[in-house]
Amino acid sequence: MADNIIRIENVTKQFIGGVKAVDSVSINIERGEFFSLLGPSGCGKTTLLRMIAGLEFPTEGEIFIDNQPSSLIPSYKRPTNMVFQSYAIFPHLNVFDNIAYGLRKEGLSRSELNRRVEESLAMIKLQGFGKRRGDQLSGGQRQRVALARALVKRPKVLLLDEPLGALDKKLREEMQIELRQLQKTVGITFVFVTHDQEEALSMSDRIAVMSKGDVLQIAGPKELYEAPNCVEVATFIGTINLINATVKAVNGGEVMLEGPGFGQFKAPAMEGLKVGDKIVAAIRPEKLTLAGQKPATGAFVEGMIKASAYLGDRSHHQVFVKGREEPVFVAAQNVERAMGSGFDAAKPVYVTWEPKSLILLKS
Amino acid sequence: MTKPVPEAKRMGDSGSGLLAFAIAYLLFLYVPVLFLPVFSFNDSIFVAFPLRGFTTRWYEQMFADQDMLNALVASLEVGGVVSIISTMLGLLGAKAVTRYRMPGQGAVTGMIMLPLFIPEIILGISLLILINGLNFQLTLVTVAIGHVMLCTPFAMAVLTSRLDGFDRSLEEASMDLGETPWMTFWRVTFPLAAPGIVSSLLLSFIVSFDEFLLSFFLSGLQPTLPVYIWSQLRFPNKLPGVLSLGALILISSCVLVFFAEWVRQLGTSGERKVGVA
Amino acid sequence: MAVRVAETGDHLTASAGQATSEPGFLDRLRAFYLRSDAAKGYVLLSPVMITMVALLAAPLILLVLYSLWTQVGLHVDTAPTLQRYQEVLNKQSYVDIFWRSIGMSSLVTLVTVGLAYPMAYYVAFGVKRYKFIWLVLLTIPFWTSYLLRAFSWKIILGYNGVINSGLMSLGLIHEPLGFLLYNQTAVIITLAHAYAAFAILPIYVSLEKIDRTLLEAAADLGDGAWARFWRVTFPLSLPGVVGAAVLIFVPTTGDYVTPALVGGPTGQMIANIIQVQFLKIGDWPLGSALAISAMAGVAILVVLFVSAMQLAVRQIR
Repeated sequence: MADNIIRIENVTKQFIGGVKAVDSVSINIERGEFFSLLGPSGCGKTTLLRMIAGLEFPTEGEIFIDNQPSSLIPSYKRPTNMVFQSYAIFPHLNVFDNIAYGLRKEGLSRSELNRRVEESLAMIKLQGFGKRRGDQLSGGQRQRVALARALVKRPKVLLLDEPLGALDKKLREEMQIELRQLQKTVGITFVFVTHDQEEALSMSDRIAVMSKGDVLQIAGPKELYEAPNCVEVATFIGTINLINATVKAVNGGEVMLEGPGFGQFKAPAMEGLKVGDKIVAAIRPEKLTLAGQKPATGAFVEGMIKASAYLGDRSHHQVFVKGREEPVFVAAQNVERAMGSGFDAAKPVYVTWEPKSLILLKS
Repeated sequence: MTKPVPEAKRMGDSGSGLLAFAIAYLLFLYVPVLFLPVFSFNDSIFVAFPLRGFTTRWYEQMFADQDMLNALVASLEVGGVVSIISTMLGLLGAKAVTRYRMPGQGAVTGMIMLPLFIPEIILGISLLILINGLNFQLTLVTVAIGHVMLCTPFAMAVLTSRLDGFDRSLEEASMDLGETPWMTFWRVTFPLAAPGIVSSLLLSFIVSFDEFLLSFFLSGLQPTLPVYIWSQLRFPNKLPGVLSLGALILISSCVLVFFAEWVRQLGTSGERKVGVA
Repeated sequence: MAVRVAETGDHLTASAGQATSEPGFLDRLRAFYLRSDAAKGYVLLSPVMITMVALLAAPLILLVLYSLWTQVGLHVDTAPTLQRYQEVLNKQSYVDIFWRSIGMSSLVTLVTVGLAYPMAYYVAFGVKRYKFIWLVLLTIPFWTSYLLRAFSWKIILGYNGVINSGLMSLGLIHEPLGFLLYNQTAVIITLAHAYAAFAILPIYVSLEKIDRTLLEAAADLGDGAWARFWRVTFPLSLPGVVGAAVLIFVPTTGDYVTPALVGGPTGQMIANIIQVQFLKIGDWPLGSALAISAMAGVAILVVLFVSAMQLAVRQIR
C-alpha cells in the first residue's frame, strides 16, 4: 500500500459566477516523490496547489495531508510551505530576515536560528548575502531565497507554483537540475506546478496532466510520453503525428488500419476494437526514419521534404505526403558529421517505422 | 499615408500656449488665498491697498485670545481622535475590499463612499435629527461622530489604493510560513501599508480640522476652530486676527498635505518592482 | 473575530483522527467561514458598514420620516402626512430659490469644468517628468479650509477690499465698485475657485488612462491633431468630464458657506433657507421636506444630464 502523504479526494473548486476551476479531482501523492501538476493556463493546477497550501478551500471534497483532513486547517497551521510564482520576497526585510521569517515563532534560541539560516544560505549558495534586500538580487537569486525560506521550516511537503517561469532558458535548465538534486538530498515531497512539459518530464517521478479542471492522466514521464491515454495528453506532451484511421481487419495481436496518406498499415491490437471502428493512430517523430531509397521491406510512405529545422544534435523535418493535409513530423539524430542536409529536397524521401511504435487512442 | 505624428510635434504649437494657461490656472488657484497671509502682516485693520507697514501684532493678539486657544485645542483633539478612528475603519475596509472577493461589494463600497457625494447640509441636519432623537447633548463628541462619518470614506479611498498596489502573495507567503492573520498584519501588511496609513491619518486630520458646516450644526458650548472663526467674522476689528489665524492654518495645511501626499507615494515604485518577480 | 475562529485549529489537528464523526454546527460554521472568501471579507468590512449605517443610513431615514411629520408648537406630531411637501412645492420663494441655486451651480460647473479640462490635459499629455509635483500643487487647495478660501474672496471683492482698494490706489477708478460683492456673481466666482480642484482629478485620471497608441493609430489613418483630439481623446475622456461635472454640481447646489459669506440677499441658496428652518425657526419637518425635495430635484437633473451626455457622445464617430 503506497504511503500517500497527500490524498486529494473528489475535490471541486467553484468560484462565484459558476466557473469550476477544479472539477472532481482525485490524486494520491506518495511520500518523498517529485510530483508535477502539468497543464496549460487555466487548467486548475495552481488552484489545486493553493488548496493544498490552504490559501483556498475546496467547495466539495477533502484533501488529506499526512492522513489529516485539512478543510478546517488554515494555511499557517499546515505542514506545507510554498514557493510563490512571484517569489513574494518581503521588500521591507533583508535576505536573512526573509529566510528567518517563519522561524521566529518556533521559539528557537538565537544561535540555533542563526545556524539554520546560515545553513540555508549555504545550501542555496548565497552565503554572505544575508544583509542584502530583495531589489538588490537578480531574479534567480530571489527564487533561491524563496526556496530557502520555505525549506528552512522543514515542511512535510514543498509546493512550488511555476517557480522557474521568469528565468531565462539556461538558468532555468540549471535550476531544474539543482531542484531535482535538492529534492533527493532533502528527501521531502515536492509538488510542482508548471505549464512546461519538458520541465515536468525532466524533473518528476510522476506527473498529473490537467486540462480545464480535470485530470487527464497520472503517470511517470516515460509512460506519459510513450503511452498517453488520450489525444489531448498525446498532443500536449511533445510533438506527435496523428492519423485518423478506420479499422479494416483484426488479426489477434495486430490490427490493420487505413488512414489518409498512409494507406493501409499494421498496428498493435487494442482491446475492444472491431472492424469499422474509427481510431486515432499516433506516432512520435523520433520513431520515424527517413531514407533516400525505397525500403525493400516494412511499412513506409513516400513524400517530399518541405521544411527542415537544424537543431544541432537533431534535425526536424516536415514531410508532405500525398493524401494527407498536415505534414508528417520526423525527428532524426544528426549522427554523421556531414555538411548539407543529407537529403535532396527535390527528390522523394521514404518514411519508415516499426508498427509496434504506433499508439492507438480513442478520439 | 500620413506618418504618426510624434507627441512633441503634436503639442508643438499648442504646447507653449497650454503651459501659459497652466501657469495662469495655478496662479488663479493660489493668489486669492495668498492675500490672507499678506494682509495678516499689514499694519491696519482694513484689508485694503496700499499696504501700511509690517507688523506682527495681529498674531500676538490672536495668541492672547483665550477663546481662540480653547477652540484650537478642541479642534486638535477632535482631529486627532477622528483621524485615528477613521484610519482604523478605513484600513479594515480597504483590506476587505482588496483581498477578498465579495458579492455585492460594489454596492457596499458605494454606500460607504456616499458622504463624499451628499451636500454637507443634508448630512448635518440628518445627524442633528438623529442626535436629538437619541436625546444626546451636542458636544465635541457629537462633532467627532459627524467627522468620523465624513473622514472614513477618505481614509478608505487612500488605503484601498495603497493596499491595491502591493503584491497579495506577500501576505499569503507570511501565512504559509506559519503566521496567523493577526501577526501577518503586523509583520507584513502594516509595514508595507505604513505610508498609506500615515497619509490617511494626516488627510483625515486635515479634513476634520478644517471642517465647518457639520461642526456648525453639531457643536454645543465648545466650538471648534472653524466655528469659532465663523462667529468672529461679523466683528470688523477682529478681522486681522482672523487673517493671521487663517494664514497660519492655510500654511500648515499646505505643508501637511504635501507631506501626506509625498509619504503616500513613498516606495510604491520600489515595492511594485520587488514584490513581483 | 477572524483570528479567534481560526486559532482553535490546534486541538482540531490533534483530534483529527476522529474526523469521521458527525461535524457539529459550530464546525460546519467554521468550515463555511474558512471556505468562503465572502464571509471573511464581510467580517472585516463589518465595523465600517455598521458605522456608516448608524451615521449615514439611519440619519437619512430619520430625515425622510421627519419630512412626513408636522411641527406643532414645541413637539412633533408623528402622523404621516405629505403636507410639508405641498407647502414646499407651493411656496413660490422656495421654488425660486431652488431654480436660482440650480442656475448658479450650472454656471459654476460649466466654468470650472471648462477651465479644468485644458489644465488636466496639460498635465496628462504635456508634462513629462514632474507630473507628481503638478498634481500635488493642484490638489493642495482641495484639502485646505474651504471656509478660509471662501472668506478670502470676501476680502477680495469687498467694498474696501483688495480689488477696489488696489484699483483705486492705482488710480483706475475713483469710487469702489459696489457690484462685486453680496450678489450672485460673487457666489459664482467664489464657488468656481473653491471647487476648481474637484474638477481636475477626475478629468486628469480619465485622460491619463487613454492608450497613447490609439492616437498613433488615428494619426496613421489620416487624422490631424484637432481631429485626433475630437474623435479619440475627447470621447474617451468624457466619463471623467461627466464625473467631474456631477462632482461639482451636486455639492454646490447644497452649499451654505459661500452664499452666507458673499451672497447677500440676492445670492442665497437652498442650504441657507434649510439652515434657517433648522437652527432659527425650528420647524424641522418643513426643513426636512425642503432638503429632500431639493435633493430629489438635483438627483433627477443629474440623471437627465448624464443620460443626455451619453447620447450626445455616441454621435461622435
